[in-house]
Amino acid sequence: MGDFLQQLMGYINPYYLQIIVNIGIGIILALGLNVVTGLTGQLSLGHAAFMSIGAFTSAILTIKLGMPFTVNMVLTGFITAAVAALIGLPILRLTGDYLAICTLGFAEIVKVVFLNLDITNRALGLSVPAPNTTIPMPIVVWIVVLLTIIIVSFIHNSRFGRALMAVRGDEIAAEAMGINVTLYKVQSFALGAFIAGIGGGLYAHFMGYINPSDFGFLKSVDILSMVVLGGLGSITGSVIGATILSAAPEFLRFMANYRMLVYGGLLVCMMIFRPNGLMGGISFTGLVLRTLGLKPHMRTIMEQKISESETSGPGNGDT
Amino acid sequence: MFFQQLVNGIALGSTYALIALGYTMVYGIITLINFAHGEIYMVGAFVGLFATAILKVNFFIAMLIAMLVCVLLAVLVERIAYRPLRKSSRLSALISAIGVSIFLSTLAQMLFGANAKGYPEGVFPVKQIHIGSAEISTLQLLIIAVSAILMIALEFIVHKTKIGKAMRATSEDYNTAALMGINVNMVISFTFALGSALAAAGGVLVGLLFNAVSFNMGLMAGLKAFAAAVLGGIGSIPGAMLGGLLLGVTEVAGVAFGFSSYRDAIAFAILVLVLLVKPTGLLGRKIQKKV
Repeated sequence: MGDFLQQLMGYINPYYLQIIVNIGIGIILALGLNVVTGLTGQLSLGHAAFMSIGAFTSAILTIKLGMPFTVNMVLTGFITAAVAALIGLPILRLTGDYLAICTLGFAEIVKVVFLNLDITNRALGLSVPAPNTTIPMPIVVWIVVLLTIIIVSFIHNSRFGRALMAVRGDEIAAEAMGINVTLYKVQSFALGAFIAGIGGGLYAHFMGYINPSDFGFLKSVDILSMVVLGGLGSITGSVIGATILSAAPEFLRFMANYRMLVYGGLLVCMMIFRPNGLMGGISFTGLVLRTLGLKPHMRTIMEQKISESETSGPGNGDT
Repeated sequence: MFFQQLVNGIALGSTYALIALGYTMVYGIITLINFAHGEIYMVGAFVGLFATAILKVNFFIAMLIAMLVCVLLAVLVERIAYRPLRKSSRLSALISAIGVSIFLSTLAQMLFGANAKGYPEGVFPVKQIHIGSAEISTLQLLIIAVSAILMIALEFIVHKTKIGKAMRATSEDYNTAALMGINVNMVISFTFALGSALAAAGGVLVGLLFNAVSFNMGLMAGLKAFAAAVLGGIGSIPGAMLGGLLLGVTEVAGVAFGFSSYRDAIAFAILVLVLLVKPTGLLGRKIQKKV
């Protein structure tokens, strides 16, 4: 099975393969941040720090302990989540932009500490040996992508997810409804970090080389742009945003030097023309069901409502 | 030794404060973290460099030219990238600011190359003055003096002039200010202009101090200045000055105590620690929770 898949991968242009994997890792990270920023409403400017912690943890686990890849990934996720919970407990009491700058500061501190530790090989970075799996990395990455999408969609529709959305809506009201706001914030932070840690681990093993400087402020911003561009809180949006922004630098490569210039301009334009993100306020499943004719169109629902309110007369018309 | 480090710290800190003021004023008025501000500072440093190297003008005139160019640039950026997003979510404006930041730094890299450039020699005669055991360069004194003058001018504009009053009113309550007949768009442009003028001056001064101007100098300086603004309490003008000085002094002290490889982390570590004790910064207003 493994050999066959390896052979199959051999047919694909390695350059495209890399883009495909980058998109996959981008999607994983964006979905993780979407839980924190989109669902719980806590702006984080340091998501790359968790990717960094995940990448180095998994690399060290592989190098020092030679752990099986699956166990390694799961353990990496849990370690990253534990770090996030530890950091989250004190800083998640802060609100709004004070929290944002704290996460940014935390990310910078993580970067500088990793640049100075022996175990992370200081500024030279670590070379990561290939993972001991029979399944090729691109397929592993995309399996994780699918798993993440499934898990995150379940969370969206669960009691836990609704509690997070309540926290996003209004913290005081949520607290009054008996939601332990700090606990839920820390849990969502840890969950986001868990996903980011695994994303980082995959990145480390696919790239084969990691450097603390790769996970700086710009990486955090990259991930945040994916989430905001796609539409906050929307899973489909995060997937689309991550796909566009991971692929954009590659497709813009023909412009050579102008590439990042256009990328910057693109961010501004996309925000101006779709301020709520590409999928902001659009339900993807609803859209699919409607085109299939399984769910009534919004206009028919509205018309129904209007005719109902007309028949019931004034006084009842609370729209 | 102590006095020496203190002066070094204050010189560095006043440049942080100059940049931080732009962050804090813009935040105070439209609650936008203007991530392109660091890039404005970088552009200021470049304009100053070209004014002294190519136009061969006096240092002070070069600084004025840099301030003017940055004012125009910032007003233009506000017009194009932020104004259309004023009514939409704050995160969209944030991403737009990041887009501008990437755009400007890439543009600078293309135009001026990737290497750091130094100011021509003799732009400002640097002499060493001995006070006790400390050795202070005239350049440091210049930086401290120029920053102090600019900050006093800013205080004057904000507290004694009509436009300053309009700025304070707008930051108090955007909608009510508009209802009172204040031209809010003009006030916002003016705020961007003021902040960028200070950042440009900071850019020229830092360019002289480290004798290195490069396309990516805005990123770290911008982040640290933003940290300084938050440390002092974002939205508060005295807070930004205090935060900038404090970060500069602690950073220099940290390097003096032998943590030079952790230099960039010191500022953020201080920030995180202060916020844990005072969640809205040193001079920030308490956020009142309303139901």
